[in-house]
This record gives sequence, C-alpha cells and structure tokens, in this order.
Amino acid sequence: MTILTQLKEQITAQLPKLDMVIGWEQGYDALHATPLFMRAAEDVERLQIGPLSVHNTATYLTGLRNKKVGLVVKGCDSRAVVQLQQEGLIDRENVVVFGFPCDGVADLTKVRRLIGDVGRVEEVETTPTELRLRVDGREEQVAMSDVMADKCRRCQYPNALVHDHFAGKPREPHATSDDYTDVQEFESQSLETRFEHWKSEMSRCIRCYACRNACPMCVCRDHCIAQSRDPHWVTQDDMVREKWMFQVIHAMHLAGRCVECGECQRACPVDIPILALKRKMNKEIKEVFNYDAGVDPQAIPPLLSFQVEEENINERGW
Amino acid sequence: MAEAKYISNDKLTAWLDELAGKMRVIAPTRQGDAVVFAPYASGQSVELAQEATAPPKSVVFPASEDLLRYDYRKNPENLGQVDVELLPTISPEPTLVFGSRPCGVRGFLIFDRVYDGATYKDPYYLARREATLFATIACGQAENACFCHSVGSAPGDATGSDLLLTPIADGFVVEAVSDKGAQCLESSLLEAAGGKADEAKAFREKALQEMGEPQDFGPAQQKLLELFDDMGFWEDVSAKCISCGACTYLCPTCYCFNITDENAGLTGRRVRSWDNCMSFQFTLEASGHNPRPTKAHRLKNRVGHKFSYYPNLHDGIIACCGCGRCIKSCPVSVDIREIVTKAMAHQPPAVEEAAK
Repeated sequence: MTILTQLKEQITAQLPKLDMVIGWEQGYDALHATPLFMRAAEDVERLQIGPLSVHNTATYLTGLRNKKVGLVVKGCDSRAVVQLQQEGLIDRENVVVFGFPCDGVADLTKVRRLIGDVGRVEEVETTPTELRLRVDGREEQVAMSDVMADKCRRCQYPNALVHDHFAGKPREPHATSDDYTDVQEFESQSLETRFEHWKSEMSRCIRCYACRNACPMCVCRDHCIAQSRDPHWVTQDDMVREKWMFQVIHAMHLAGRCVECGECQRACPVDIPILALKRKMNKEIKEVFNYDAGVDPQAIPPLLSFQVEEENINERGW
Repeated sequence: MAEAKYISNDKLTAWLDELAGKMRVIAPTRQGDAVVFAPYASGQSVELAQEATAPPKSVVFPASEDLLRYDYRKNPENLGQVDVELLPTISPEPTLVFGSRPCGVRGFLIFDRVYDGATYKDPYYLARREATLFATIACGQAENACFCHSVGSAPGDATGSDLLLTPIADGFVVEAVSDKGAQCLESSLLEAAGGKADEAKAFREKALQEMGEPQDFGPAQQKLLELFDDMGFWEDVSAKCISCGACTYLCPTCYCFNITDENAGLTGRRVRSWDNCMSFQFTLEASGHNPRPTKAHRLKNRVGHKFSYYPNLHDGIIACCGCGRCIKSCPVSVDIREIVTKAMAHQPPAVEEAAK
C-alpha cells in the first residue's frame, strides 16, 4: 500500500468525527498544488502529497479554533503545530494530525531559475529524485537535489513530530544539524553591503503581507501593528524604510518561535529572500538559549519564560 | 494610422536609449527572481520574453503618493490664530511604459471609468494618465493562468495602448495606435515593416486562436448577486485564502486606496496608498463595527466587485483583464476563474434536491 493510500484511509476513517481535514490537491496546473479542505469522503480522493505540497497546513489552525480540524503535515508543518500548542494558541484536543515521511518539497523559484518561466507547464511527474515536466511541448527533467527548498536540505525533522496517525515509515533526517553557514556567510559582509542588499531587495516589496499571512506563527491576524492606526508605528508610504520596518517587526516577533517552514519567503510574490532574517534570529536564540522552536511540545519557549539568571547572558559582566 | 514599422532586436536598446532621452521610460526589469517595472537605465537589458511579475499599475497609480502637504502657521499678529497652508503635490513626468502586455494596459481602462467618470474626476490620476504612453507587446502564447479572451481582450489587444509591438523573427513590428504613439516612430532606427505587418497580424490571430473557446462570465453578474447571502458558498470557496493582498496589489484593475495623515510637528502630509479589500481594516468602521468581518465576506467582495457590481455600473464590462496574476502569484493558488465558474453553476440546495 502506498503512503498516499494509507493516508487516505486514515483520513476517511476519521473524517466523520471532524469538521474538515486540510491537505493538498492539484491546483490550477500540474506544477501548482493548492490546499485542500476535505469535508466529504469524496474530497479525500483529490488528496496529493509530495514535492509540490509546499503549503504549511498549520497556518489555518488559529483561524479555525472552534472547529475540529484534521491536518496533514510535513515535518515542518508539525513543528508549527507544536509551537502553537506550546503557546496555548490552539487546543490540541481539537486537532487531529496526520503525518507522513516528507522527502522534501520543491522550491518553484529554483525551478524557474533552472528552466525559465513556468507559466506553461502541461504535465508534471514526480519521482523521489526528479521532477519531470512537460513545458511548452518540450520535456524538462530537473533533479530534486537541484530544486529542493533550502529548508529541506537542512531539515532534521522530516517526520511529523506530533501526530495522531502516521502513514508509511519514518524516514532518515535530511541533515543532522544546522550550523547556520548561510547566516554566517551573509554576516561576514560589511554592514554597508548588507544594508545595500536589504535596501535593494525590499525596494520591490508591494506590502501585500503575504509573508505575514502565510506565517503559521503570525497570530495577530487582523490586528497587526503594520496596519493599525493607533498605535501608528508604520506609515503606509511606499518606502523601503517602512517595508524594512515591518520585516524587522516580523522577525523580532518570531524570535524563538519561528519553525523555519519558509512560508514567508515562498509566499512572497516578488521573491524577496526574507527567511534569512528569521534564520538570523533563530541562530541567536540557539546560541543563547540552545532552543529549537516547535520541537518539544512540553518545552517552554525561551521568550515566554523568565529566569533570574540566564546561563548564557552575562548581565553583570559589563 | 501611421505606416507600420519594424525594429530588429539588435537596435532595440538604441531605440530605448533614444526614447529615454525624450521622456522617462519604465520597462520590465529583472530584480532578484522577480520582473518588475522600473525606470530604464541606458543600455540595461529589459525582460520582454515573459509577463512581468507586477503590472505597470504603479506608474499611473503609485503604491503611495502625497495628495497634499500642509503647514500650520501661527499668525505673528495673533498667536492664538493658526493658519493652515495646503501645498499641492501633482507634478507628473512624461513617461513611456515600454513592454507591458495588453492586459497590463487594459487595466487602466477599468480605472478610467472610475477616476475619469462623469461625476468625479481624480486630478492626480488624470495628470499621470495623460502624461503616460504605453508601448505594448503582443503575447504569442497564453500561460496556464491567462484568460484575457474571456473578459473581452486578446493576446494582441491594442486597446488603451499607444504603440503595439508584435514579436516576429529577429525583431518587432511596431504599429502606432494613437497619435502620441505615432510620434515615437519618428526614429531612423525603425524601418518600414512592409510585408512583415501581415506576419504580425497572423501572429496575433494565431495567439488568440490557440487560447481556445473563451469562457462566458456574463451570467456571473446576476448569479453573484443571488449568492450574496449564501455565506456557506463563500466560506467554502474562501477556505484556503490567507487574506493577504497579493492578488489585489498585483491586479492591473484593482483601484482602491486608503488615506492616512502623517504629521510631524506643525507640518504633515496626506498620503494616499493602495488598499485592498482582502484586508480586515478595509471596511473597519470608526465604531469598531466591521461589515466584512471574515475572509469569506472579503473574498466575496473581490469576486463580486469584478464580475458583478462593476459590470452592473459600467455597461456590463468585467473589471478584470484576465492577466492571471492573482492566480499564479497567490501563495495558495486561489483561482478566481474557478470561483466564478462555481458561482455560475451553483444551485440552491432545494433545486439540487428536486433535480435528483
């Protein structure tokens, strides 16, 4: 029995007890999956999993708090469930988690870099090692290793960390540790270079807040400081200063909470590489508190707790 | 109309440089992994092979602009009296948008009926609109998200443009659509198109033909009104929407704005900025009441406005240019075509029951 078949059976069995189960199905073309809200047994037939199931299904959880929700999760999605649970933002008993071993997802921006515009994809066949596409009548084969999302290459948790049902057998982690080399490399540049990088990248931001709304941990939703008039911290001007200010707010609010699902960057319609900002915060949190967000449901996130003396913060030493 | 011209690819940069000497040129430019309309810098490469990630909307309707600046001045004769001086801010620059697709330009025709209407004329919009020319490139092939032919346009639609460029082997046939456009053809870099004009026409016809049968969205105008109170339908189709504004801000026809004042001591600015109906704040009233409290209410507005309310006010014209950006740039691939199609096919539960 394939993992997908097993998953479908598990979902079908649980569905009568749930308001919905969230997974993925094919979207408007073969390359684009879209979140699937399964309510009736026949909806389950449309479920797909694999390298195109890019969305974090946990993003919808806080908006569905009064519902009984089933969730099909990749490892990173499950970390968001754990983090939301730790923070008391979801009721775990209302959530039924369906896990499966995730082989990694494709970064469609990388696919575009390799084969050019992907507006006319006719067919996609996925194998564990390859994406085979028919685009404009021509065949394109791209190795998954070339287009896999960066978050997957360093993923230590490909199997759902919390689950009520699991289809297939847990797989080996894609990586054993994360040394944040990408952040270190970026930080090795001069302040001026880094500042110019962000000014240039942020200049094309359209302030759509897809980064915020795709983020499973952005739970202020309709009350975000970026748009509130009172307090009025950010203006509505189309200026890098304001756009950057919001990114800093987002990154700071995610310190020690970000599970690095990468949805902020994936959702950005103009491909601004903003995950780097959250990676930087996580690197600091790791160094100071030795903490990884969304891994242990029993742990208390460092910024939600208080210790009179922190082990790695030398308060009296200045 | 002026005679059709031809420019070969190797002279394109020289022509752009020449045009940029006369006016500001905005062209599709690669920035990172996105293609956006940006001021043309002499000699730069322009991305003409594919539809830009963002349309040229902001050239005429900036993401933010100062409507006015104000200055509070104390009267030296009577310090209790404060005068407010209003400083106007409109100063558009003659601009050429080079390399938009027909859909990106067509968006402004939807704007025109609102900001250049019988009852209200928006001076800021009109000043920029008047100062902007469009040199548009006809599309040769539709993308999976494209549906311009279902909303009254076509891959070679010249409506709203000043010049139409049609790609043929090694260059473009350039045809003037307006008198202003004809003036841009007065360059020694362009040669007479001769028989190439027929080739260009065939190219455009083939592109349209390959799009297949258009979908008729006309019945949606009435059907969406009938579905207005069916929140079950709207909750269903909006379930996956994450309520961001990518669809609206990338839409060539979305024209809504917000106004905020930015004060700094005794001076300040009144800023108009893009707003979007996907946002909770869009209809939030001062009392705290929000008539569109959920994403289902808000997506209903977006779809309803484009395919029903706007056509109802504007001779049945659908407020959508079919560019597909809301589909392909949506983080969760919400497909507006699918929603409208579902709405048109929707039967009230009682009817469905009777049909069984």
